[in-house]
Amino acid sequence: MMSAFWVLLKRDLLLALRRRSEIFTVLFFFLIVISLFPLGVGSEDATLKKIAPGVVWIAALLASTLALDRLFANDYLDGTLEQLTLAPQSLSVMVFAKMIAHWLLTGLPLVLIAPLVGLFYHLPSNTIGVMMLVLLLGTPVLSMIGAIAAALTLGLRGGGVLVSLLVLPLYIPVLVYGAGAISASMVEGLSIQPYLLLLSAFMLLALIFSPWATAAALKISLE
Amino acid sequence: MNFYPLAGKLIPIFWLAAIVLTAIGLYWGFFKTADAMDNGMKEYYRIIYVHVASAWMAMWLYAVMVAWAMIGLIFNTRLSFMMASATAITGTIMTIIALVTGAIWGKTSWGTWWDWDPKLTTFLILLFVYIGYIALQSAIDDTRRSDKASALLALVGLAIVPVIYYAVNCPDPNQCASLHQESSLKRVESNILIGMLVTTLGFWMYSFATILMRARNIILERERNTSWVSKLNEVN
Repeated sequence: MMSAFWVLLKRDLLLALRRRSEIFTVLFFFLIVISLFPLGVGSEDATLKKIAPGVVWIAALLASTLALDRLFANDYLDGTLEQLTLAPQSLSVMVFAKMIAHWLLTGLPLVLIAPLVGLFYHLPSNTIGVMMLVLLLGTPVLSMIGAIAAALTLGLRGGGVLVSLLVLPLYIPVLVYGAGAISASMVEGLSIQPYLLLLSAFMLLALIFSPWATAAALKISLE
Repeated sequence: MNFYPLAGKLIPIFWLAAIVLTAIGLYWGFFKTADAMDNGMKEYYRIIYVHVASAWMAMWLYAVMVAWAMIGLIFNTRLSFMMASATAITGTIMTIIALVTGAIWGKTSWGTWWDWDPKLTTFLILLFVYIGYIALQSAIDDTRRSDKASALLALVGLAIVPVIYYAVNCPDPNQCASLHQESSLKRVESNILIGMLVTTLGFWMYSFATILMRARNIILERERNTSWVSKLNEVN
């Protein structure tokens, strides 16, 4: 069981590293969205600090939704996915490996680039730290919820837009508390611990339910 | 296939009940209640009879839809999926009515069409969730897959909607240790409550009627090649 998990994780990472441009597309999409806001809203110091938490998270939601298409689509087209469902190992475990690979390739880069966003938006250094921490807690949830929708819309016409329609409303709790934590970290004397605890709770819930729901969705789609 | 003729017989009864109950409820609300409420609201508060009734139905129908979807996934019965998709559309309509009447009421009492108040936001998100369900269902051509996929989505929604509700109600966890919105029902005058409840019953009957009509249409569409459909009077 675990060997199947590792093999699949390694395979997905290797495949992605052979096509490095795809990782950078998501990353630059994130950066472009981030840098459009000051041009549209105005670049006064106070405005930037006020909108930064929401902008970072909305850009992360959009970037992660955009990348969902890649989670199963290629494996679906070349038949690998069908072979995976026929394998004796549990499909949930293998789906979980694919989710982790997907997060490492699309979520983790966003966490690592967050300090740059902090500089763009004149954020103090402790806020940048909080931003990286909440992105680290929140982006896996996005990948895991998104995987369910990606599995449900597998191979459909106009799947990309449909996926955003399905998942963006479900991302709201992560957006609210992720952005809330960053805002709270800029106010003297406010504790960010409740936000971190809630985000961690979401991650644990997603860890339990999402691989199972995604596997069920894949079975429905491949039937 | 006993559902089809049975639904056909029930639909006129539900329509009659819907019209009578809604008429009584609205009549009571408009003519038998005070012109103004204690908190200073004038005549315009009377939109409450449509607003609250549609809002209750919008939430209730989501639960009904999820229940049908769940029954469908567990017992693999085709009719349950058809009922779920028929319910989704009436639920969406109720959500839209609640939002629009809410906006009109908001304009008269708060002076704004829209406010990012937790209840309004929750309903907007409820609308998005309904729309996602309908969009997924209509995007998949294969009925078996579309039934099951949208049912699974409804279940995922059921798990996440309470979390969204919590997040919208309590965006700052430092401020609210527990989420407890006091229901305002107890403070409402019994006269107004009667009007509201009777109208809600009327809306409920309307939902029964339209859901059954829609379910009958879905059956006809899916079973159009079978012999029992070709023998029906309404088809020939």
